[in-house]
Amino acid sequence: MELPLFRHNRPNRVVTFDEYREEGGFEALEKAFSGMSPNDVQQAVLDSGLRGRGGAGFATGRKWSFVPRDLPGPRWLICNCDEMEPGTYKDRVLLEHNPYSLIEGMTLACYALGVRHAFIFIRKGYEKAAANLARGIEEAKKAGLLGEHILGSEHSIELDLHLSAGRYICGEETALINALEGKRPNPRSKPPFPAIKGLWQGPTVVNNVETLANVPAIVANGAAWFKGLALNPEGAGSKLFCVSGSVKNRACVELPIGTTLGDIIGGACGGMREGKKFKACIPGGASTQFLKPEHWNLPMDYDSVAKAGSRLGSGGIIVFDEGHCLVEATLNLINFFARESCGWCTPCREGLPYVKEILTRIENGRGEEDDITILREHVKYLNYTFCALAPGAMAPLDGLLRDFEDEVREHIEKKKCPLK
Amino acid sequence: MIPETLKTSLQARVASAITAREAAVDVMKELQAHYGWLTDEAVEEAAALLGLSPLQVEELATFYEMIYRRPVGKKVIHVCDSISCWCADCDKLIQYLKDKLGVGLGGTTADGMFTLVPCCCMGMCGDSPAMSVGGTPYGRLTPELVDEILEMERKKA
Repeated sequence: MELPLFRHNRPNRVVTFDEYREEGGFEALEKAFSGMSPNDVQQAVLDSGLRGRGGAGFATGRKWSFVPRDLPGPRWLICNCDEMEPGTYKDRVLLEHNPYSLIEGMTLACYALGVRHAFIFIRKGYEKAAANLARGIEEAKKAGLLGEHILGSEHSIELDLHLSAGRYICGEETALINALEGKRPNPRSKPPFPAIKGLWQGPTVVNNVETLANVPAIVANGAAWFKGLALNPEGAGSKLFCVSGSVKNRACVELPIGTTLGDIIGGACGGMREGKKFKACIPGGASTQFLKPEHWNLPMDYDSVAKAGSRLGSGGIIVFDEGHCLVEATLNLINFFARESCGWCTPCREGLPYVKEILTRIENGRGEEDDITILREHVKYLNYTFCALAPGAMAPLDGLLRDFEDEVREHIEKKKCPLK
Repeated sequence: MIPETLKTSLQARVASAITAREAAVDVMKELQAHYGWLTDEAVEEAAALLGLSPLQVEELATFYEMIYRRPVGKKVIHVCDSISCWCADCDKLIQYLKDKLGVGLGGTTADGMFTLVPCCCMGMCGDSPAMSVGGTPYGRLTPELVDEILEMERKKA
């Protein structure tokens, strides 16, 4: 069956507006505006089982349903394209090949939610994606598919780009809202959740690029079709997996939800690099726990990966081989989170540099038995923060202590990194 | 002092925003492009344009990775040191860049051409190790390729 996200892609260039239209693009929008109520669109997304593709995996239709319909004043939709989760590059690949699915998906989401003005929040470094979107928005407006009186209806929807200046925490939805307002992007305390009080205190939905880009295909083909794309009965749709690390072909591919880890690495990526043996991987960006060789046949879907003790996350798979020291890999991840901590909450601001110091000590052969206990305490206590950055940072550390404690101990006992 | 034309275009940007400070990042970026970095003068000018205090601009300016509150070289090299680039030996690459340019992280070359800073994941994980020079991304770096890129970027400047 044809998967929805990459089907318009050309090998080395962006698809044109005309090509996208010829291949059925914007037919979902025409269908919605000619015979579906906003509630019908929302119901289709709810029934499709679409879950947030940015990392948290929350049901998109449910998220939309939290927006109160009876409050006066504007409500907002924001597309989160602050893709800075290490190992994740799927949204860039999608938008560099096709900005139109996102534009159409956002227009449909605005229609469903009663939003008149939406934003796409784009990270620094994604200028090519931003240029594609800016051009696509103009083309859609000219064709009467966006802007004033869409397809001759009474609905008007405006879509604006916000080009950020680089900071991981802006991908956290309440930090992103502050950033968009021009405030220092510290996360906000929740509740109230953005669906009630978000951008300029109005009801706000924040969705990932890939999530919104799925909406046109759901509206065009129906919820049952979307569900049927997945290989496992509980799953729905396809997923963009972007693979990096020790594989032969580091690729960003669209595969049905429920494709096994082995089929992604062994199939789409051509297997491990010459002479390298699979040791572990991080399945969904930096803030997920390790998967091991025993998970080779694990279906990559939200629930099955969660059952295996990790998270599907963003679909950014980072593959490690037997030559990689996982203490050093975890140290690299913690270093990232320590640097990107916004400093708002004490456990995150103070705890992450401390964890970094301990891991550095262990990696350099100066670790002590007590260090493992101290690290475990941090895994437990760094949960007490406003946002998910510190708990996310603790996920790979928790995984290291759970699955590779022997490797950590070997560092301490031998007083050196066994792989150096 | 910024030229009148830049001032007018920034005023228009601020006027088109839903609230003035929504345009803060755009204004800081434009001023940075003009001065080469976000100078104290630029912070005050941004504040005046946005209807904020210089302190409010400062708390934004210091937050973002790509806003420079200190003088930088003509082109800033952001070299990624996140996990996918670590898998591709970015530690060695960063050492090569330091040796080649004769600077430490955060340092600017003697001729004022390049400033070298580490950065977080660039979304180029499929083409690691990666860096950007003056905003242009480069991937699959080797020492030879780095030599070529630096020479080319130096000529283009």
